[in-house]
Amino acid sequence: MTQQLILYPLFLQIGIGIILLFAWSKIKFQKIFSILGSVVSVGLSCWLFYYIWNYGTQTIQSGNWAAPFGITFVADTLAATLVLLTSIAGLAVSIFSAGSVLKDRLRFGYFPIFHFLLLGLNGAFLTGDIFNLYVWFEIIIISSFVLITIGGEKAQLEGAVKYFTLNILASMIFLTAIAVLYGLTGSLNMADLAGKIAAIENRGLVEITGILFLIGFGIKAGVFPLYFWLPASYHTPPFAVSAIFGGLLTKVGVYALIRVFTLIFTSDAFLDNILMVIAILTLVSGGIGALVQNNMRKVFSYLIICHIGYMIAGLGMFTEVAIAGAVFYLIHDIIVKTNLFMLSGLVYRLKGTNSMRDLGGIYAKWPKISLLLFIPLFSLVGIPPLSGFWPKINLIKAGFSGGSYITVGAIIFASFITLVIIARLWAEVFWKEGKELPFRPNFGYFTKMKTYKRLQFIVPVALLSIVSLYIGFGAEHIQELSARIADELVNNQGYIDSVLNLKK
Amino acid sequence: MRTTIILKTASNYLLPVLLLFSVFILLRGHYLPGGGFVGGLVAAIAFILHSFANGLKKTKELLMMHPGYLIPTGLAISFLSGLVPVALFDLPFMTGLWSHDPVAILGNIGSALFFDIGVYLVVVGVTLTIIFTISESA
Repeated sequence: MTQQLILYPLFLQIGIGIILLFAWSKIKFQKIFSILGSVVSVGLSCWLFYYIWNYGTQTIQSGNWAAPFGITFVADTLAATLVLLTSIAGLAVSIFSAGSVLKDRLRFGYFPIFHFLLLGLNGAFLTGDIFNLYVWFEIIIISSFVLITIGGEKAQLEGAVKYFTLNILASMIFLTAIAVLYGLTGSLNMADLAGKIAAIENRGLVEITGILFLIGFGIKAGVFPLYFWLPASYHTPPFAVSAIFGGLLTKVGVYALIRVFTLIFTSDAFLDNILMVIAILTLVSGGIGALVQNNMRKVFSYLIICHIGYMIAGLGMFTEVAIAGAVFYLIHDIIVKTNLFMLSGLVYRLKGTNSMRDLGGIYAKWPKISLLLFIPLFSLVGIPPLSGFWPKINLIKAGFSGGSYITVGAIIFASFITLVIIARLWAEVFWKEGKELPFRPNFGYFTKMKTYKRLQFIVPVALLSIVSLYIGFGAEHIQELSARIADELVNNQGYIDSVLNLKK
Repeated sequence: MRTTIILKTASNYLLPVLLLFSVFILLRGHYLPGGGFVGGLVAAIAFILHSFANGLKKTKELLMMHPGYLIPTGLAISFLSGLVPVALFDLPFMTGLWSHDPVAILGNIGSALFFDIGVYLVVVGVTLTIIFTISESA
């Protein structure tokens, strides 16, 4: 029963997707079923996490083909944690979609595709085979193309073209990198590759392959010179779609970077230096980009880029403390970024716009909602004891002990600039005296909604805020978890043994 | 759309032949070139040719249901073929299960065949949905 536990989250998502495809035009059924399915998914992921936490890394050789030849699925603590976070964010966005996405979009298969996207994310986290990782990335981007274009507004299509072009390019580079890697080693299993890459004498070729992976995943993660598609497209689709994109799609790129650079291309000074430089530039350029934006979703898009820098910096420093910081930040970031885009959706429904210049007076009119929205906003900044604060301690500590003072400077600069941006946003959107905006008769204002519809906006934001609060106030637990993940990543022999079945 | 009587007559005979051929390709696919994807394309071509000759309405009447429903049906068959070893024998997902004695014409039947049948249905469903949607809007 528990032997196949790793694959249950995948089974569940594909099952939900198929059933929702059968109920193509029954929107009401789709809403209810999607939310119920997501609740079950959270339960299953908790079970998986609990199991991995107690019994260590688990593997499944799909099709019963032995390890380096068949496709392996591996659940180590990192994968199990990310699957759990995906299901929590998925539940929140599912509820939020039921409330906020327009009927015209739901009629064209929004929910089934949404669950196929979650399937792709879970698969990417759980696979132990680099080509299979590519396949899951394809499932993710095909679903995301549908989600970003569904509805077909003009601005949306414009954003989608940019999104599409650069993501296809990233996939091609990723595929090329896999081909080169296969040519070098004759293997695709990541655990097997770890040993074979280390044995190759032509280090130059290995480094170049590493850089190809860095570019491929870097485009998806939105790191410094390759992020232009992200702020150009994330503010165009429906808010629920931005939420799942902002929370999870760039993070799956970060996950792939972490996995590849801790398992396959390890301790290579050249690659680590490149990662550090990229991280610093990402932190600075993302922060400065966010400073000049007026649209709330564009601000958050640039902040995504800025904060990707923290994780890349942690990876670049490559000590156990730094990677623990990066993982902690990843955990915090998935929850809080998903929440921020839902927050901007809620603000949009309150006032009918997302332009910070026109917004204002929300605190005076809706003090309780404002207090709720305070949590994700200032968790992002990391006002102690909220959740963004703790991972930075790890990162800065690692930076000082490694002597990389420029990185520490960039981290502090980015934190400061985030504080400025969020404080300004708070002042502009919530505190400033609101001006009278033209009333739009056909717009679904929050005040006109029925109670259950309002709850579909409030509950997901509240849910993720509670998780954020837990990450902040229960930082000890998350720190313990991140330290264990970092230990597994740095000392990767356990992962390799478990996949190649060496210990039994 | 005006069509010649030659195409119209030929398509009536070609439809069953092409469908049979697509099943043949589907079945030989395990060891030889072929399989669910190509077989599905050939089957879709059969229906598209029929719609060119006789009009979309006739083809839809022939199909009796929206081809879109073939997509989840095919997905479900493929998925279940992978799930059977998990559910019944506690083997890993997608482990190939094979019958001991070969069946006449078909040869040994295994779970891989059902996976391919699923692919076949998905390909037919997707292709026909795309083509029908385009020709309806044109």
